[in-house]
Amino acid sequence: MANVRTGAGDSDVTTYRDAVAEGIAREMRRDERVVCLGEDIGAAGGVFKTTVGLFDEFGPERVWDTPISEQAIVGAAMGAAMTGMRPVAEIMFSDFLACCWDYLANEIPKARYMTGGQVTVPLVVRTANGGGLGFGAQHSQSVENWALAVPGLKIVAPSTPADVVGLMASAIRSDDPVVFFEHKGLFASKGAAAPPEHAIPLGKANIARTGTDVTVVALAATVPMALEAAERLHGDGISVEVVDLRCLIPLDVSTVLASLERTSRLLVVEENPYQGGWGATVASVVADEGFELLDAPVRRVAGDNVPLPFADALEQQVIPTVDKVVAAVRRLVSY
Amino acid sequence: MSTEAAAPVDAATLLGWYEQMAVIRGTEKAAHDLFLRGLVKGTTHLAAGHEAVAVGASAALRPDDYVFATYRGHHHAIARGATPEGCLAELMQRHTGVCRAKGGSMHLTQADHGMMGSYAIVGAHLPMAAGAAWSAKLRGSGQVAVAFFGDGATNIGAFHEALNLAAVWKLPVLFVCENNRYMEYTAIHTVTAVPNPAADRAAANGMPGVVVDGNDVVAVHDAVARAVERARSGAGPTVVEALTYRHFGHSRTDPATYRPVEEVEEWMARDPLLVARSRLLGEGATEAQLDAAAERAAAEVTAAVRAAQAAPPADPADAYTDVWADGGAAWRT
Repeated sequence: MANVRTGAGDSDVTTYRDAVAEGIAREMRRDERVVCLGEDIGAAGGVFKTTVGLFDEFGPERVWDTPISEQAIVGAAMGAAMTGMRPVAEIMFSDFLACCWDYLANEIPKARYMTGGQVTVPLVVRTANGGGLGFGAQHSQSVENWALAVPGLKIVAPSTPADVVGLMASAIRSDDPVVFFEHKGLFASKGAAAPPEHAIPLGKANIARTGTDVTVVALAATVPMALEAAERLHGDGISVEVVDLRCLIPLDVSTVLASLERTSRLLVVEENPYQGGWGATVASVVADEGFELLDAPVRRVAGDNVPLPFADALEQQVIPTVDKVVAAVRRLVSY
Repeated sequence: MSTEAAAPVDAATLLGWYEQMAVIRGTEKAAHDLFLRGLVKGTTHLAAGHEAVAVGASAALRPDDYVFATYRGHHHAIARGATPEGCLAELMQRHTGVCRAKGGSMHLTQADHGMMGSYAIVGAHLPMAAGAAWSAKLRGSGQVAVAFFGDGATNIGAFHEALNLAAVWKLPVLFVCENNRYMEYTAIHTVTAVPNPAADRAAANGMPGVVVDGNDVVAVHDAVARAVERARSGAGPTVVEALTYRHFGHSRTDPATYRPVEEVEEWMARDPLLVARSRLLGEGATEAQLDAAAERAAAEVTAAVRAAQAAPPADPADAYTDVWADGGAAWRT
C-alpha cells in the first residue's frame, strides 16, 4: 500500500480524497498527541479511502479501528481530548452524526462553558457529507446546518485539496471542537497540492473568483458549482464573484460584506435544506448590517425540504445545480 | 459479593472516611435547606445515602485519576476534593462557584482534582471515561478513569457501547454503578430484564462484574481497589455495582411516595454513616471520637454555607466567556 503523499513531491496535482489523509498525516507527524479513531479507518484505509496510508505509517497505536459504535467513538474522542490527546474521529457518513448527536449537541460543545472553562475539548470529528451520488435518503444528506444550530462547535467544509490540508491543520491544532465536513461529491476532484506547512486560519473565507455584478457565497461542493455557473454567465457578460466560506463557524461576515461593496447583489448557494439552512444566517446578517450595500433582494439556492431521493432525476431536482445557480444569478442581475 | 481478601483498613483511615461522609451528608442537607428557603434555584438531585460509594471509591484512587459523574454528583465532587463552599456557591449562583455559576448542581466539576465533570444526559459520560482511559493508556501515564452512574444508565445505548469499546481496547477504566433501585421514579427491576442491571451485563462485554454493599465504605473501597489494580496492570475494565439507596426522591420535586415504607426503613437502618460508625466502634473507636468527627464536619458545612452566601453573585459578563478556548464566544469575524 502506498504511503501517504508527503506534499507537492512528484506532482503538483492531487485529489481531494488524498488530501484528507495527507492533511491528517502532516499533523500526526508534527504532534504525537494526534490519534485517529473510526470505523474501517485502519488497514482498510476508510470506506472512502480517505485514510489510506495512515495505518501503515503510524501503526495501530495511533490509528484505531472501532466497532460500529458512533456514541463510543465520539464520546471516547471527547474523553481523550479532555485529558491530553488531540483525537481525530471519523463518522463515516454525516447522516450517522445523528447516532451520536448527544455528543455533538449536548456534551462536546458545552463542556468548556458549563465547567467555567475548566475543561478543553480539542477534537476533530470528520465526516463525509452531501448528496449527488445516488446514495439515498440516509447516506446523502448535507447536515452542516445541524452543527450550525449548536453553540460551541466550529464548522469547516473545504472545497479544494489544498484547502482540505490547510484547514485540517488548523482544525487539528484548534483547542476547540471542530466538525470537519468532507464532501462526498468532491473526493475524486483534483486540484493543486498543498505547499509544505500549509495552514489556513479557521474563519477566513476565500475569494474563489473575482467579479463585479453578483456575489455568490458558497461552501464545499457548491463552490465548484458556483464557479462553473460563473464561467457560463461570463459568456453572457455577467461578472460573478464567488466567495468560498470554507467555515461556517467562525463565519467570515467581513469578507461577504466587502464583496457586496463591489457587487451589490448576493446569492447564497447551500446544499442543506432551505429550511434552517446556513444561508439564512448569512442573509440575515447582510440584511441587518449591509442593507444599504444591496441593490436587489438576497436570494438563496438551497436543498428542498424533502428527504433526498435515490434516482438521479429526482435528486438533481431537489439539490442545487449549476442550472439553478445560473437562473438565480440572471434573475438577480435583471432585478 | 466479592470474596477476595483486601488489606484491612486501619481505624484512623476509616475515621477519616466517616468524617468525609459526614461532610458530604451535611452539604446535601444544607443544599436541601437552602432550596426550601429559596436560596437555591433550578433543581438538585441529592445523593444523601450514596456517600459510601463516592468516599470508598475515591479512597482507592490516585489524585491524578479521572472521575466522570452524573447530575447526582455532589458527593463525587466533594470526595474528589471540591470544597463544600465551592459546591454550595455554585448552587447559590455565586461567582465563586466551582463552575463560576455556569454549571449548577448537575454539572459540578473540579478538573484540577481529576473530577472531569458531571453530565446530565443519562449514560453519556461512560464513553468519555473510556476515552480518558484510552488517553491514559496512549500516554502511558498509569492513570485510571472511573465513570459513576446510576442503575437507569444501564439501559442506555452508550453504556453498552462504552463497555464493549473499553473491553476490546483493554482500557484502564472502571464502571461504577450506584444501584439505588430506582430509575428516576420507576423501580429498575420493572424495566430491566436482569436482576443486577450493571454487573449482569459485564460478562456479555468480556469483563468482570462485581456486586458490592454500596452502603459499606470499606466494602466499596476494597472492591474498587481490586478493580483499579486490575486496570493499572493492563488487564482492562471492571463493572462494580454498588447496592445503595437514595434518602430523598429523584430530584427536589419528588417526595418518593412510590417507595414502600418497609423498604425505606430497611435501607435507612443501613445508612452508610451508621454502618461506618458501627464498624468504627467495633474496632475500638469511642463515641466521643465519632461525635468529635461529626462536629468537625458540621462546623465545616456551616462555615461553607456562610461563606457561599456572602460571596458575590454571578457576573452577567461571564455569560459570554468560555465558549471557546480563547475565553470568548465570538462566532463570526
